[in-house]
Amino acid sequence: MDSQATVVMPQEKVKSSIAKKKQRKKDILAYIAVYLSATLAVALLVGIISYVLFKGARVVNISFLTHVTSFLDGTVGIAGNIVNTLYLIVMTMVIATPIGVGAAVYLNEYAKPGKLVSIIEFAIETLAGIPSIIFGLFGMVFFGATFGLGYSLWTGALTMVLMVLPLVTKNTKEALKTVPDSYRVGAIGLGTGKWHMIRTILLPSAMPGIITGVILAIGRIVGESAALLFTAGSAKILPASFNDLLEKTMQSGGTLTIQLYLSMSKGEYDIAFGIAVVLLVIVLEINILTKVLANKFDLNKKAK
Amino acid sequence: MEKKAVSIISNNKTKNITEGIAKLAFQICAVLMIVAVFSITAYMIMKGAPALQKVGITDLLFKTLWKPTAATPSFGILYIILTSIVGTFCAILIGVPIGLLTAIFLAEVAPKPLAIIVQPAVELLAAIPSVIYGLLGLMVLNPIMYFFEQKIYANNNTHQFSGGANLISAIIVLTIMILPTVINISTSAIKAVPQKMKSASLALGATKMQTIFKIVIPAAKSGILSAIVLGVGRALGEAMAISLVSGSAVNMPLPFNSVRFLTTAIVSEMGYANGLHREVLFTIGLVLFVFIMIINLLLSFFVKKGMRQNG
Repeated sequence: MDSQATVVMPQEKVKSSIAKKKQRKKDILAYIAVYLSATLAVALLVGIISYVLFKGARVVNISFLTHVTSFLDGTVGIAGNIVNTLYLIVMTMVIATPIGVGAAVYLNEYAKPGKLVSIIEFAIETLAGIPSIIFGLFGMVFFGATFGLGYSLWTGALTMVLMVLPLVTKNTKEALKTVPDSYRVGAIGLGTGKWHMIRTILLPSAMPGIITGVILAIGRIVGESAALLFTAGSAKILPASFNDLLEKTMQSGGTLTIQLYLSMSKGEYDIAFGIAVVLLVIVLEINILTKVLANKFDLNKKAK
Repeated sequence: MEKKAVSIISNNKTKNITEGIAKLAFQICAVLMIVAVFSITAYMIMKGAPALQKVGITDLLFKTLWKPTAATPSFGILYIILTSIVGTFCAILIGVPIGLLTAIFLAEVAPKPLAIIVQPAVELLAAIPSVIYGLLGLMVLNPIMYFFEQKIYANNNTHQFSGGANLISAIIVLTIMILPTVINISTSAIKAVPQKMKSASLALGATKMQTIFKIVIPAAKSGILSAIVLGVGRALGEAMAISLVSGSAVNMPLPFNSVRFLTTAIVSEMGYANGLHREVLFTIGLVLFVFIMIINLLLSFFVKKGMRQNG
């Protein structure tokens, strides 16, 4: 501040400062700190990805992806975990999507501001803030013990439903907010009912937001581990036959992240890095997909 | 003509019914959120409270000896609580300045081509599963820490060697994991500062950096505070990434000690615990839950405050 004062006072100095664009030392330091921090963030990402690829790329091959680790056959692979992850994604999203979208529709279209709404909003914020290990404990005692589902994919999926609900609801709500009011007024003016309007006008318009929420939720499921360790368990067998496909949902099943954690604690670092590569690829794809979707369906961009 | 009139009337009737059902269904979906939070709270208290009574609140919360499987078990979780607090605090202390500076970079300083690289990088950092951070911490950080540990404690007979799995490793992993949260929330807070405030400051002769640190940051204060609070929540609740990195013994939270956090105690012991030990683990969960609820309340306070400022 004081340097500023001295700059303004004498006539000569002002002139020279305009010509030379005098730099304050503090400013230069600040610029250096800002650039260093940003570089660190990027360097971290580059370091993580390249280290994982360097260590794990040679482990990943077709047989690693299509076989189950078995001492009898002498195979090493994560097919069982991939199938479990897919099961969990489908089971979770089939339940979470309608509930999450429904809650968003209620909050944005029906509810009038008041106590109930603020409690619901607070509940959503709280759900989003609860750490996954707490969800894991709750799922274990509530779905596992009270519902009697034990260690099973259903226990895991129901636990994950609670975790991803805030994501789906928030994204749907944001999308509904961007639908112009003229759509609503127009539809009601033409004589449709509210439900009909929501079904035929609002939800289709908000679809990109809903899909983004669903994809983000899938990303969350793929990356989740603490909530699943004590709910979905760690089995890695494939369904034996077509008839077992449904039965499998009642059995324990470890996802990719769980297997990564178990391999890591057993000291099987090769397998751990192999799974890490697969996970990184999935996460990367999900990231790109959400970006593409957001760009493609941006209502505001289209209007221009 | 007649037919039409009838159809309109009957239509209205069915319409009213479907409208009612639709509204009810949507309302149920929304209320489910409250039910979920309520039942989680109820279950955590139900499962966590009995051990508090059995062991005694002071014995459990303020004693330091943790020997859950000994013949005469002792369940003092003070060190575990302290570790979580110290670990989170240090991670925030290192992570927030770096995160805030990166946010300044993204929102104010970066030329567009650089922002296009950094922004997605930060988003990707947020998306990487926590077990991968754990794996890297175990493979990269721990050997480095072990190297330092051997140097520092070379002539020390009382030190229990941790093989590098210690508090510092855990803090570094936590710092990296809260970075994206802090960066993203602070960036949007800084971007929300009205342009006219910046213009006025620049027109008065302040340099860009003076404007950022003296005008923009104070104006974005409540958003940045939310970012910090969210970062605290993330660091407190992180389990899998630090469970192997932080070691496997309950010790005082000193830099080179092998330590156990609230979360990692649950992760690593729930698998084999039974009886009172298991109940105490639920109490640890309850303690964590109470911390998180406090943080949630703080967060909604800051968000409301920010809204009042902006609106």
